Amino acid sequence: MSVLAVFCALLVVLPLILVFFYLLKMGFSSLNLNFFTKVPTAAGENGGGMANAIVGTLELMGLALIMGVPLGLLGGIFLSEHGSERTNGWIRFGADVLNGVPSIVWGMACYTLVVVPMGGYSAFAGGLALSFIMVPLVLRTTEEVLVLVPHAYREAGLALGIPHWKITVNIVLRTAFKGIVTGVLLGLGRVAGETAPILFTALGSTSWNHSLKEPIAALPIQIYYYAISPFEDQNRQAWAGALVLIVIVFLLSTSVRMISNRRKRA
Amino acid sequence: MITASNPSLPATAADLPEPKRWGDRLFKTITFLSAAMVGVGFLLVAYVLIQGAWPAIKLYGWSFLSNTHWNPVTDNYGALPFIVGTLVTSLIALLIAVPLSVGTAIFLTDLAPLWMRQPLTSVIEMLAAVPSVIWGLWGLFVLMPWLHDVPYTWLNKHFSFIPLFAGPIEGSGACILTAGIIVAIMILPIVTSVSREILRSVPDLQREAAYGLGATRWEVTRIAVLSYARRGLMGAAVLGLGRALGETMAVTMVVGNSPKIHASLLQPGWTLASVIANQFGEASGEIQRSVLYEIGLVLVGVTILVNIGALILIKSIETPGSRRT
Repeated sequence: MSVLAVFCALLVVLPLILVFFYLLKMGFSSLNLNFFTKVPTAAGENGGGMANAIVGTLELMGLALIMGVPLGLLGGIFLSEHGSERTNGWIRFGADVLNGVPSIVWGMACYTLVVVPMGGYSAFAGGLALSFIMVPLVLRTTEEVLVLVPHAYREAGLALGIPHWKITVNIVLRTAFKGIVTGVLLGLGRVAGETAPILFTALGSTSWNHSLKEPIAALPIQIYYYAISPFEDQNRQAWAGALVLIVIVFLLSTSVRMISNRRKRA
Repeated sequence: MITASNPSLPATAADLPEPKRWGDRLFKTITFLSAAMVGVGFLLVAYVLIQGAWPAIKLYGWSFLSNTHWNPVTDNYGALPFIVGTLVTSLIALLIAVPLSVGTAIFLTDLAPLWMRQPLTSVIEMLAAVPSVIWGLWGLFVLMPWLHDVPYTWLNKHFSFIPLFAGPIEGSGACILTAGIIVAIMILPIVTSVSREILRSVPDLQREAAYGLGATRWEVTRIAVLSYARRGLMGAAVLGLGRALGETMAVTMVVGNSPKIHASLLQPGWTLASVIANQFGEASGEIQRSVLYEIGLVLVGVTILVNIGALILIKSIETPGSRRT
């Protein structure tokens, strides 16, 4: 029986090893200077790159950060510092349910709310769809971290006569800062790889993006289009793009681990 | 709560008197509105989906859920192929992933040497961080060809008398079974980590009692741990199901995109989420778009119900103070 359990563990780890192996094998050879500096060429021509997609992913992550984190942060503060137990329980439950909604639904909602009134696909719509994913995530992680701040800190502030909101902002938030940053980075890591929400909001593009109202390219969506394309050069670029994407995602999760380890040691 | 030393002092933040300063009240209002955004967001999505789906709901009524046609030319649409496709791929994913995940969770909590536990947990978390489109890419170019060449042709040659494995198989290997396997890989991390938490929360006393009665290692795990944790493990499986229902990109790339119901697992199909991904951007005409909204509504409704069930099951087993290191 123990052998079975070991076997299960091995089978679980196997796909990760295989994915890494193939990403490196198929993608590494296509990573060249062209890839990082050029935009996609016409279909069938060789020698394009994904520069606009890489920049676009970073831009969309920034948009999701600006639009999603403040709401999630403030909501998490409410859950941990104010409110009654019953309403908080419902809000927490609602956030957990929203976390489980398929991300394509956020894309559909943003399409109706932003793309149709605006008359076109835009980076703003893509960032908004991604921020819908970030808000419940950041809300829950912020609340979990704030609850861990010892009560004595708040009571010390009260004893000094500091207004309650100043206690929350200057003492509690500052103490929990690393945990909040961890939660935000986890959310960003998830958002960086999301394709479905930006399929019909930001649309992807083959040129540089110049304003929030234009469509924007992003790594996940470019990988998707290139993977299902019949041209072999584009398929190879899809692997290279996937390698870059997974490096970004893993950089984010390693920095999460580094931050939380530093916290434990201190 | 009243403390023994001074009954009039508040003991928790909840006992504090209502804020009288405007700064406090403003802050409380702002944070409350932000938290309420969760409810607002949910209502907004529901409203948008229902409004978009309304033309289709008016046109087809309940027969939409049992119709099997998909004809943009005659505007004859039905969602049954996608419902069946979603259910079958999720079922396959659960059948593969839940035993593997529970086995791995047992390994992590009981059998693995202590030095191995944290690295293995990190590896499984890394599995969760891989984006869906990369699983789709790998599935499309690596897994699918191998599945087609080795297991599928063998199954089709020797077992095609069983309807599950019958039928001409696609040359690419794109079929319901491939989608099920990919989704299984994607839900492994979440089911494993939740199962691990559940198994960790089983009190030590249960295991010690079983050992005291002379049970072998496997009997301890089976009798003391697994039966105690059964409801929580079911919750982990249902959580995995919720995740499996919504998987879009990886499924789109390997499921074969065919709006027909086949009895065979080796034939292509479609799921609720992947048909939206494929068709929403290019939907011709108001009815087709409205139909896709209705499919989205069905998807969201089913996913939310499944997730609520999972949360209830999981929370019913975690009692405070029962965690094991």
